[in-house]
Amino acid sequence: MPDVLARVVTFAIDGIDPRPVWVEVDIRPGLPAFRIVGLADAAVREARERVHSAILNSDFDFPARRITANLAPAHLRKVGPGFDAAIAVGLLAASGQCSADALGRWAVFGELSLSGELRPCRGVLAAAEGARRAGLAGLVAPRESAGEAALVEDVAVAAVDDLRGVAAVLDGGDVPPPPPSAPAPIAAVLAPDAPDLADVRGHELPLRALEIAAAGGHNLLLEGPPGSGKTMLARRLPGLLPPLTRDEALEVTRIHSVAGLGHRAGLAGERPFRAPHHTVSPAGLVGGGRPPAPGEASLAHHGVLFLDELSEFSRPTLEALRQPIEDGEIVVVRGQQATRFPSRFMLVAATNPCPCGYAGSDRPCRCGELELSRHRRRLSGPLLDRVDLLVTVARPGAAALGQAPLTSSAAVRERVLAARERQQARLAGTPIHTNAQLDARLLRRHVRVDPAVRRTLAQAYDRGGLSARGHDRVLRVARTLADLAGRDEIELDDVLQALALRTREATDPADVTAA
Amino acid sequence: MSACDACLRRSWLIARLASHIDLVWGARRGNASLLSLPDEELIAALGGAQRGVLSGEHERFDPAALRRRCASRGVAAFCRCDPAYPAPLADLVDAPAVLYVHGEPARFARTLGADRVAIVGARRASEYGLQQARGFARGLAAAGLTVVSGMALGVDSAAHVGALEADGLTVAVLACGPDVAYPASKRRLHARIAASGAAIAELPPGTPPRRWCFPARNRIIAALAQATVVVEAGERSGSLITAGQAADLGREVAAVPGLVTAPMAAGTNALIVDGAQLVRGPQDVLELLFGAAALELPPAQPDRRAAALEPDLRALLDRVASGADTVTALAGSGGAVDAVLAGLAQLELRGLVRRGPGGRYTPTA
Repeated sequence: MPDVLARVVTFAIDGIDPRPVWVEVDIRPGLPAFRIVGLADAAVREARERVHSAILNSDFDFPARRITANLAPAHLRKVGPGFDAAIAVGLLAASGQCSADALGRWAVFGELSLSGELRPCRGVLAAAEGARRAGLAGLVAPRESAGEAALVEDVAVAAVDDLRGVAAVLDGGDVPPPPPSAPAPIAAVLAPDAPDLADVRGHELPLRALEIAAAGGHNLLLEGPPGSGKTMLARRLPGLLPPLTRDEALEVTRIHSVAGLGHRAGLAGERPFRAPHHTVSPAGLVGGGRPPAPGEASLAHHGVLFLDELSEFSRPTLEALRQPIEDGEIVVVRGQQATRFPSRFMLVAATNPCPCGYAGSDRPCRCGELELSRHRRRLSGPLLDRVDLLVTVARPGAAALGQAPLTSSAAVRERVLAARERQQARLAGTPIHTNAQLDARLLRRHVRVDPAVRRTLAQAYDRGGLSARGHDRVLRVARTLADLAGRDEIELDDVLQALALRTREATDPADVTAA
Repeated sequence: MSACDACLRRSWLIARLASHIDLVWGARRGNASLLSLPDEELIAALGGAQRGVLSGEHERFDPAALRRRCASRGVAAFCRCDPAYPAPLADLVDAPAVLYVHGEPARFARTLGADRVAIVGARRASEYGLQQARGFARGLAAAGLTVVSGMALGVDSAAHVGALEADGLTVAVLACGPDVAYPASKRRLHARIAASGAAIAELPPGTPPRRWCFPARNRIIAALAQATVVVEAGERSGSLITAGQAADLGREVAAVPGLVTAPMAAGTNALIVDGAQLVRGPQDVLELLFGAAALELPPAQPDRRAAALEPDLRALLDRVASGADTVTALAGSGGAVDAVLAGLAQLELRGLVRRGPGGRYTPTA
């Protein structure tokens, strides 16, 4: 048995990015031992036992020598079970049980079971992406995750079932192709089982608000008593948005793959909808932990993040959302490492109108001025500065339940698409795509308002009910309303409607209780 | 305008014994008789083991120090012996020895020169209650009356705000020193009242409130005003104590009706059953005080603004006023949501409606 040094390429997942890792296996005479070095975490060190059993159970020999596996570069923290296959292959190659020639062309990624099967694991899509970037010919991946890997173009994917399969590929055998991924999951039509606006009865105002939000990419706050349908409405927003482009879908799939949320079709076909519970921690919401994992805000990337019971979320949790809302990404810093997670989502928040939940409904509200003002304060602050629309959701009356549906998701989506096209044409040459992203400077350049309309806004401003930020929010929404109507000019009606839908400041001077 | 040594000593003693009074208040009938006891008997009744110490302090009380404290905090003091002391308070068997006034003394005298109406009610008031309190106060203040209340959360504060909005006179009777803003969230309101009306109290400046002080100050509210209007009170509300005291003093008692199902209107509705005058607006209060020949109210501002409205906005405002208060209800089955939104924004801009919790629009009173 010749003693050689084998080197296998695999990938560590840093955030959602692949980092190449070289697994070197050295076999020397001496007391039998098997050590793994190179900043490996517990799951990687446990690979020893898995690799040992898997090799024996695959009818290979486990050399009774002094074996050292090194994961390079040594400064990169290696996490998770994805290195099993690479270590086992390195050992086989070093002990001459499989060919080492192909190791410069193939990367190996996967977790081993004790019986030698290659199990699916997180981040296969990112690993395939890494293989492409490293200029390798292909990736050997577990069959169940291979569909994901096949999404990356210019990289051959060998979908194997077990360690024997891996060895066969490296020895120059046939390359088992990955299962065909669904042809074009990004369809212009909605999935038939997706929630549709045609199921909604009543709710004229919220439906209108959803359409405006979808058209302009505006964040939305739904206010209403328990059971009035806030969650039901929010779930229908992803279906109103334009379909994912291929690049967007790849990004979404990569994040979900790293988080262990696989997509059956291989590629994400619909915009994600994430609704974390209000007890979620800041790290759970925006990402973090050791190793840094994407949070709900990143899982909602290119989709909708729904925060039900907004006032119940802890203040630090909500504060943590500021960065993703402003920048569209989150930087998690742990020790020496900074990890980036993309997180560009639409925020839909829902809240009760007051702590008891019944203010303004048919049941009497039992809250006093103190509770109400505390509730209002909890809802105010930097997060709501980024919410353009406030709409009340009331329980529809019995009469509405018998009526025909007011609209359907497909009809609304058509109008949304048209409005988005207008925005794209106007915003061509700027880094932004939707009206909601217009900041004060871009607003001045791209949104023209005639003097009569401006006077109305000034009036609202002078009466003190509108802050400078509120002024911008109203203009953004008015611009979207004009886009929905297919007009270049913003009309008075657009501004008035936007005013009626504006989020209120915590201290609206029209408010007795704030006096 | 001044206070004599004996009366200052008396008010010092009440503040000194405040914690002792808290222990026995309500435990015995006839709280009025407690506050009307002479100084020595009060010490004897409440002092317990500390009786000797208290008597000593009482002996050595330095009225000059208290006067200096008042002066440094911008507080004036009137005692029972002063001709400027409000005459209506003399009706109380336990009238406060000294009235401390935070605010211009001459303006306080003017508030007393006018007719006075107390507007009191629940802390936990509904949107309706707050709007009514504010509307009543605005109308009555515009008619030249002084609005008296207790600056508590809810109805009391709304009443003060309404009076201030009409540039009228208003007096806040506090359960602590007159310069203490309690509740603290009403700091700004307290400053506005002191600047354009008066904040008064029977306790010396700087005294924090105790539980018993709230029912005790209610007697001052009841005595100062010729009529007490209760806007929203639960079944066992402190406002009902004020109403009872007002009735005992021979003042008029009126109540604003509420929904029979609303818990916060149970007390006011019961008052009406028991014979309090039902009032629907400031005009009714004026009639109660001055009879059918009541002076005409100046037309409320919103009405003038409403008269100039376009017909469709006028119609929308009428529908808001008649109870259709959500966008959905206003849009009707036709679903003309856009037009309703635009119309409501116009009305809100002109100050004719406001958006309450739950997205319900109410006409501004």
